[in-house]
Amino acid sequence: MAWFKKAKRQRPVGRERPRSQVPEGLWVKCEGCREIIYSKELLKNLRICPKCGYHFRISARERIELLLDDGRQKELFAGVQSTDPLAFKDSKPYKDRLKSYRKQAGEKSAVIVVEGEMEEIPIVLAVMVYGFMGGSMGSAVGEKITRAIEEAIHTERPLVVVSASGGARMQEGVLSLMQMAKISAALARLRDRRVPFLSVLTDPTTGGVTASFAMLGDLNIAEPGALIGFAGPRVIQQTIGENLPEGFQRSEFLLQHGFLDLVVKRTELKETLARCLRHLLKMPAKVAES
Amino acid sequence: MCALEAPFEEPIEELRRRIDELEGFPPGSGRRKELKKLRSDLEKTTKEVYGRLTRWEKTLVARHSDRPYTLEYVGCLMTDWVEIHGDRAHADDAAIVAGMATFRGRSVAVIGHQKGRGTKERIERNFGQPRPEGYRKALRVMRMAEKFGLPVLTFVDTPGAYPGVGAEERGQAEAIARNLIEMASLRVPIIVTITGEGGSGGALALGVGDRVLMLEYAIYSVISPEGCAAILWKDQQKKPEAAEAMRLTAPDLLELGVVDEIVPEPLGGAHADPNEACRAVGEALARNLEELEGKSPDELLEHRYERFRVLGAFDEKG
Ligand SMILES: [Zn+2]
Repeated sequence: MAWFKKAKRQRPVGRERPRSQVPEGLWVKCEGCREIIYSKELLKNLRICPKCGYHFRISARERIELLLDDGRQKELFAGVQSTDPLAFKDSKPYKDRLKSYRKQAGEKSAVIVVEGEMEEIPIVLAVMVYGFMGGSMGSAVGEKITRAIEEAIHTERPLVVVSASGGARMQEGVLSLMQMAKISAALARLRDRRVPFLSVLTDPTTGGVTASFAMLGDLNIAEPGALIGFAGPRVIQQTIGENLPEGFQRSEFLLQHGFLDLVVKRTELKETLARCLRHLLKMPAKVAES
Repeated sequence: MCALEAPFEEPIEELRRRIDELEGFPPGSGRRKELKKLRSDLEKTTKEVYGRLTRWEKTLVARHSDRPYTLEYVGCLMTDWVEIHGDRAHADDAAIVAGMATFRGRSVAVIGHQKGRGTKERIERNFGQPRPEGYRKALRVMRMAEKFGLPVLTFVDTPGAYPGVGAEERGQAEAIARNLIEMASLRVPIIVTITGEGGSGGALALGVGDRVLMLEYAIYSVISPEGCAAILWKDQQKKPEAAEAMRLTAPDLLELGVVDEIVPEPLGGAHADPNEACRAVGEALARNLEELEGKSPDELLEHRYERFRVLGAFDEKG
């Protein structure tokens, strides 16, 4: 399909590189093909293996850079952060965990909400931070995504949510579970107002995030090879006591079973999302640049 | 049965055994007096034991196999029951029952988890762990209820949605998510009753409503204590610690605003006197339903939105 497309100039990936899966070394081993890749080459290629197309995880900030037009981005609700409503403690108090994740991830919570433009379409964008406690959803994530939805309703800007999450956050107990209901209720209102909602599922999207907003997009779009499911593969394996089928719970598997609209490469994600939005917004098609 | 499902009930069981034994003897010298004493001991001991249950012990009560399940509530509280089956797409899931019944003079739609009793039925009902078709059957019945203006009563009691290959293939996550958004916008009253185990997303998929009631010894949590212990403590045996930390009991959830009302259980738990447990649930349902029936659909939806919108704990800096 890509034969008529202009070769796109790759967007540079932020100067100060946030933490992600790609280590700082010169060379990286690809998890897809086991080949050794030169890190610089990987970064230039949006962290997609140039040899096999394996999509390495990218940070939420990189994702925002990738999806939004330069300039005029405004971060929203940046101060919202989890407290410790249950005074939860396992081997370590939840309060301390929060502190260290804030430091380590350089974020206050596991989701970033921004207003900006995607191919000149004003949108509200929420991107989950997998590096913050596995992108788990507690009250802060629930609140920020709900506010993002309310902002989309209020401004009539389309909503794009990029998920990357292990599911609900255990340390906030049932309050985490309630975020699924809260967000879904807000999405019902967004639907009533006929404001488009595109859900982008990236590696990994599981548990309560999949079982709420990630599966409720007008379109559900995933990156190739992402783990997407409700129960974790290990839990399922323990339950059924046998090996899981090849490719189980990967994007292509979900596409095949009818739960995704599209599987889109990272290099084509922005233009695909924008094209979908233009259709849903009945905006005139972008004139091809010459 | 050798081991008790709830081991802390041992002193209660012991007294019950002695009462049973004594009742078998012919009447005579001192028997009545002795029985009277034993019965008062039983009451005292039960009160004591149930007065200091830990969160893990309450979890065992919530899971007790003699607790009433959805069909017992229907049988006890309602008449003219018609059970309806199937999701019109794939199958009928016996882990969720759904149908219509008359409750105190009005028709209602009833949807609930059903765990099953005895090995055979438990397996048939998959231990109350629904697959996507169960949630889709539930949604189909809710939509029909909306169409004809019937209030919806749901009964929640599940270890969780079933983690299987087929369930994933058929979209377990999508089925749960769909119910959340649709229950948030259903234009008839919904009353949710957590009767036993409120196991995570599999419970929540029947758990969005105008009122959420919870039985005194029921639990409701984001993950099972076993699951939480395995992940955070790396040791499933730490389930009592996990149950304690997650604060999953009815009083906890009332405090957090997650449930609106606790339905008191009979002395010794719902399994000690299922009829009394059903009666108490019936009272609470009737009272709440009457309040909701006075509201317009728009009012219901507005309040339902606010009810869930405020849940959570966070602060905001900078
Ligand atoms: Zn590779």
